[in-house]
Amino acid sequence: MNKEHNGLSKFIFMFVFLLLITYSVIIIYPLLWMIISGFKTNQELFLEPWGLPAKLLWSNYKSAWDVGVGKFFVNSLFVTSVSVTVTLFISACCAFPLSRYEFKGQNIFLLIIIGGMMLAPQVSLISLYKLLQRLKIYNTYWALIIPYIAFRIPFTTFLIRSYMLSLPREIEDSAYIDGCTSWRLFWNIILPMCKPIMATSALLAAMSVWNEFMFALVFIEDSTLRTIPVGIMNLRSTLSTNWTILLAALTISALPMIILFIVFQKQFVRGITQGGVKG
Amino acid sequence: MNIYRNKKVAILFMLPALVFVILFIYYPIIQNFIYSLYRWSSFSEVKVFVGFDYYKRLLSDPIFYIALKNNALYAIISIVFQVGVGMILAAVLEEKIMRRYQTFFRTVYFMPSVISITVVGLLFQLVYNPNIGLLNAFLKVVGLETLTHDWLGRSDTAMFAIIATSQWQYIGYIMLLFLVAIQKIPEELYESAMIDGANAIQKFIHVTIPQIKETILVTSIITIIGAFKVFDEVYVMTAGGPGRSTEVLASYMYRAGFRNDEMGYAATIATVIFLITFIVTLIQLKVSKEKNEA
Repeated sequence: MNKEHNGLSKFIFMFVFLLLITYSVIIIYPLLWMIISGFKTNQELFLEPWGLPAKLLWSNYKSAWDVGVGKFFVNSLFVTSVSVTVTLFISACCAFPLSRYEFKGQNIFLLIIIGGMMLAPQVSLISLYKLLQRLKIYNTYWALIIPYIAFRIPFTTFLIRSYMLSLPREIEDSAYIDGCTSWRLFWNIILPMCKPIMATSALLAAMSVWNEFMFALVFIEDSTLRTIPVGIMNLRSTLSTNWTILLAALTISALPMIILFIVFQKQFVRGITQGGVKG
Repeated sequence: MNIYRNKKVAILFMLPALVFVILFIYYPIIQNFIYSLYRWSSFSEVKVFVGFDYYKRLLSDPIFYIALKNNALYAIISIVFQVGVGMILAAVLEEKIMRRYQTFFRTVYFMPSVISITVVGLLFQLVYNPNIGLLNAFLKVVGLETLTHDWLGRSDTAMFAIIATSQWQYIGYIMLLFLVAIQKIPEELYESAMIDGANAIQKFIHVTIPQIKETILVTSIITIIGAFKVFDEVYVMTAGGPGRSTEVLASYMYRAGFRNDEMGYAATIATVIFLITFIVTLIQLKVSKEKNEA
């Protein structure tokens, strides 16, 4: 490579690198602004939207928590953990025969389960609302948990099944010779081997349930049962122009997922790239 | 193994999943269509059969066309930015010289997509806020004061402001799908292109793009479907306003059902969302099937 060429490609590299950095700033800055502004007084925010707070006002975070975020947080924690646990269990049970058994109509069952991935929750909003009322669970935690489980099963089953298909079968064969029942084969032998994909599925399910908005808006009426996304939406009107407390509330709501993502990035990436479905 | 031939046991294992999926995903879709043929309100048991009247009304409803147009705008802009920019970003980050920094950029770019749309929507409401917002403050700093604007409060910019937020949130997500696709391209293809004297852009056009056609198709479909079912962003940031300028199909459905209490009409709009997303999915299945057979 001659020198001139080298200089040129260095220049291009620097230019592209600068663009990438600029884009990073566009992503990070609003998030940083959210966190920092949560420590400011309202006046500081007005006068100097860019500036740093004179002193860190932890009381904003405290007020946000007390004014409702604490309650919503606990609700979200409950709804998310129940939904994720049940989804994982049911999906793993379903993936087991779909990856191991040979029976007539297997493909039809597979299609019914996986086909659910193609159907948008928006389409079912009206009829689910009515169905949940008829089942007498409208405006309870179950009005969220049950639809969340149903809409997570297709993708979770898909993920776990692909993983099970890739597992070696020798161990099961010897277990079978030892007279293992199908349940013990599943529970004691196959499931423990599926830990990595279970972790990935749990993270993705937790993320989608924690962030879900539309069902939470329509299927819950009682403000004490609200999960975080709808809860903070209502806080906006309660807090009216108390911007900095609202920003503190937003930070509290976003942090669990940001932390989970940074810690378990590898698991997130694996799941998302296998499924390629959004939201 | 014989144990794996017992169909009864197999069905027993699948039963809970089947019950959930059929009762809470498939049945509501059929029920929704039936609901769209009746006039009814949410708190009364009376249902009046109206046949396809609501569909006729929808076809002559100007708000429906505003919503459809906004969804289409959403889809087009998202394809350009999420698929287009996402793909280019992925290709750049996969260049040898950039790989050392890839993890950092990937983490940063992807981060917004793990945050709930409510948080992002409320945050950007403040970013766009004419008094305390970052955007106007930024424009003043760089001397473009004439461009400052009440971004969400004016009907000519509100839709674009919402769509822009969505791009901010999801470009990194689509980029990630492209990163993995590009990593699967065999290195030899690039090596032989190098021998032929191809530069980075030529390699991108002649090697990368043909190799990731499938991913381009899939991400485009995901993006289109996402655009036609969008609800959260619009509801949180403008609730369809100012006026009806940012109404999309799903927000219009919500308004018809839960604000105007015309549940039948809302179900009709839901059926349209179903038809659009379903047809797009079928196109995807057909195209990828043809590709596999070819």
